[in-house]
Amino acid sequence: MEPLKANEKLDVVELLKDLDKYEPRRRGWTWRKPAENKHMGPFDYHDISEPLKQDVPLPPAKYFEGIDPQPMPTITTEIASGRFEDDVRRMRMAAWHGADHIMVIRHMGQSHIDGLMEGTPQGIGGIPVTRKQVRAQRKALDLIEDEVGRPINYHSYISGVAGPDIAVMFAEEGINGAHQDPQYNVLYRDVNMVRSFVDACESKKIMTWADMLQIDGAHNANATAREAWKVMPELIVQHAINSLFSEKVGEKPENISLSTVPPTATPAPCMYMDLPYAVALREICNRYKMRAQMNTKYIDSSAREATVTHVMNMFISKLTRADIQSTITPDEGRNVPWHIYNIEATDTAKQTLIGLDGLMEMVQLNNDPNGPLRKKVRELKERATLFMEEIVEVGGYFKAVQEGFFVDSAMYPERNGDGIARKIEGGVGVGKIFERDPDYMAPVTAHYGYNNVEQYGGDPKDPSALIGGCTFEDRSKIVYIDELDETDCVDRRLEKTAKYRDGHTIKPEMEWCGDGTVMMTMCIPTNKRVAEAVAVEIGKKLGLVDPEVISREVLQEAEGTRIEMKGKVDFDIDINTIDIPEEPHYMSDAELYHEFEEVKHMKAICGTVGEDEHSVGMREIMNIKHGGIEKWGIECIYLGTSVPLEKMVDAAIEENAEAILASTIISHDNIHYKNMKRLHELCVEKGIRDKVILCAGGTQVIPEEAVKTGIDMGFGRNSHGIDVATFLAEERQRRRGERK
Amino acid sequence: MKRADDFEERRKHIANLSDEELYNRFWELTAQVVDPLLELGYKNTTPSVERSVLLRMGISSLDTQKIVNGCMDHGLMGKGAGHCVYKLSKIENISIPEAGTKLANGEGWDTVAAAFKGGK
Repeated sequence: MEPLKANEKLDVVELLKDLDKYEPRRRGWTWRKPAENKHMGPFDYHDISEPLKQDVPLPPAKYFEGIDPQPMPTITTEIASGRFEDDVRRMRMAAWHGADHIMVIRHMGQSHIDGLMEGTPQGIGGIPVTRKQVRAQRKALDLIEDEVGRPINYHSYISGVAGPDIAVMFAEEGINGAHQDPQYNVLYRDVNMVRSFVDACESKKIMTWADMLQIDGAHNANATAREAWKVMPELIVQHAINSLFSEKVGEKPENISLSTVPPTATPAPCMYMDLPYAVALREICNRYKMRAQMNTKYIDSSAREATVTHVMNMFISKLTRADIQSTITPDEGRNVPWHIYNIEATDTAKQTLIGLDGLMEMVQLNNDPNGPLRKKVRELKERATLFMEEIVEVGGYFKAVQEGFFVDSAMYPERNGDGIARKIEGGVGVGKIFERDPDYMAPVTAHYGYNNVEQYGGDPKDPSALIGGCTFEDRSKIVYIDELDETDCVDRRLEKTAKYRDGHTIKPEMEWCGDGTVMMTMCIPTNKRVAEAVAVEIGKKLGLVDPEVISREVLQEAEGTRIEMKGKVDFDIDINTIDIPEEPHYMSDAELYHEFEEVKHMKAICGTVGEDEHSVGMREIMNIKHGGIEKWGIECIYLGTSVPLEKMVDAAIEENAEAILASTIISHDNIHYKNMKRLHELCVEKGIRDKVILCAGGTQVIPEEAVKTGIDMGFGRNSHGIDVATFLAEERQRRRGERK
Repeated sequence: MKRADDFEERRKHIANLSDEELYNRFWELTAQVVDPLLELGYKNTTPSVERSVLLRMGISSLDTQKIVNGCMDHGLMGKGAGHCVYKLSKIENISIPEAGTKLANGEGWDTVAAAFKGGK
């Protein structure tokens, strides 16, 4: 497939061609590389990684030469709308903003499906993870990573009752990272625990071969427990069990990452509670990587509030350590998994981590042994050690789970008796564990456990040699299945949205191509209950389909409620039927400084003309403090308000000025245009018209009408110094014959 | 089980450990927890483990569960599903995918079962 072009959409139809022949370009995880040159724009950085080839920088970057410094931690974004073909476009947007770890959430219920899913059925709450879907997305990410110039890690889940099947498929398809934690299956998916651990051995062995990064599932205890901040000792225990278990299967410690979460959130004094936990965990699990998840337990429907929590969580990342920074989108609390929120959360991470660049060269944690930090750290480590001790005492992990040790809402060793208890002889897949016979054999690579290949003269170090290599050695043996259901598949979905890919039929989009979803933010001046009903009625009157309130926040019980509402528009816009004004263009600071400071100094006579006492607009255009033209070295000679036109022209002659800038606010009887015409005529009469650039501005000025009066340019409402400076520079260059 | 916080009582035997000793103790205990779990994985297999073996042998995901079901029906899980396919391919001198397809279609199981009995 052709490389992507920045100004063209990713062609999904083209992407899906020849997937049966697609081969992943690499295996394994890739970390960001520290930047060799830490100087960007006007600044020196301390902890940045290599910049992107193409990016969308933070909004204020325009003041700093457009730089987009990239922090050191990998930045995750979780994408799964149910339609993978639309998700690839979201992945592209996220990559341009700085995400390099794309995590795909699975279709609800996939963890209980015994075997691989195939084809491209539509998902709910995620996407059905299949070989075709994975290939298409990895192929898209290959194109996207070439475009932005940084490797992108692709990630999903190896869990449920088909963990090893999925692990094999992921290894074959070049997936770079995965969640794998048998405790997650046991506690939250009620998969039989023996089965979970036997399967996990195999899955982890396969992940080891594929050099995949593994993320655990311990943070879910925090999201599930009733009083989440009390599970800190247990979180340490869960992280440790999965990590050491994985290491003993064979995974490299640097491929084992904890999914760690600050356990609480405001209005709790969260930093005081979360920081000692973060320190304790990182000291105990110092061999492993840290993926800093954000607190989701206490997230509500306010995107603002969720964003602040995210930022505070990242402050802990910076004060301690994070190798991967998660960005749970700020829409988690209201379940609207939209494009814009992936991008916002990615930007929040980038902005925060860059803002905190170099911080640890200036501050350090207070490690006074009698101070609150060290005392609390020690206490948490001891509680976790005692927890582990009691697991051993009761007879091991399974007994401990059976007795409800986990996800108990009390701070260990206190117990509330509300933990999740599972039976050893219970759960999905119970009774499906078989002891291997002495002649058990599996002629494949990366198989865990007892394997008698010697009975056939095989080499235990290379079991698959018995069959001339398995799919891990010989890709041609992989069986690719395209579709199983010709009605529920990507081709049918693409047919329905074809017109939105032609580039001129446009419909707003939050999640899926052509979904038509829009969001409105309103202040409804009444109480919450009434405001919600009023908002929906407003939505209906505006013609929105299915208007629904997604967030409501009290401003004051009687005075008002902040409402966010979603709905769908049922029309398209054909861009061929509307006028699209040309985008104003600006010269850069460097070009303007060059023109007015180096090529030639410019004097401009400025004033409000006629019987007019308005002065604010003119001052905004001139004044350096307001971004006015003085900034680039233009010398403004200000004559004040109610200046007669003759005086403006005489001043220009006297000062040998190159420009006259006339402000004209009053517009009754078209006096503003009459003044412009007279200004032009006076300059002609005095013989200086070819020496001066004539500009007029005001709220009622329409540029096209102004030019008809004979002056060079008019500036209307919302004009700024940069508009005027750009025009003056370009007009001067035109008169010099350097520009058309 | 409900239990009051007896941390102060419970911690007495570790209170005097240095940070490093506590660290070592924590990881020794963790090893005691995970070692039996690794042992389980070493000795046992499951339908999903066997399906993953079959996938690596180049058998379609549409057939893997059918073959594993055949293994369970014939009491052959202890031999390994991949082993059954391998056995049939050797006995009948056919390719692995061909043997896989036969077994998925319910053919050849008696041959495989007999071969294993004979081998024991």
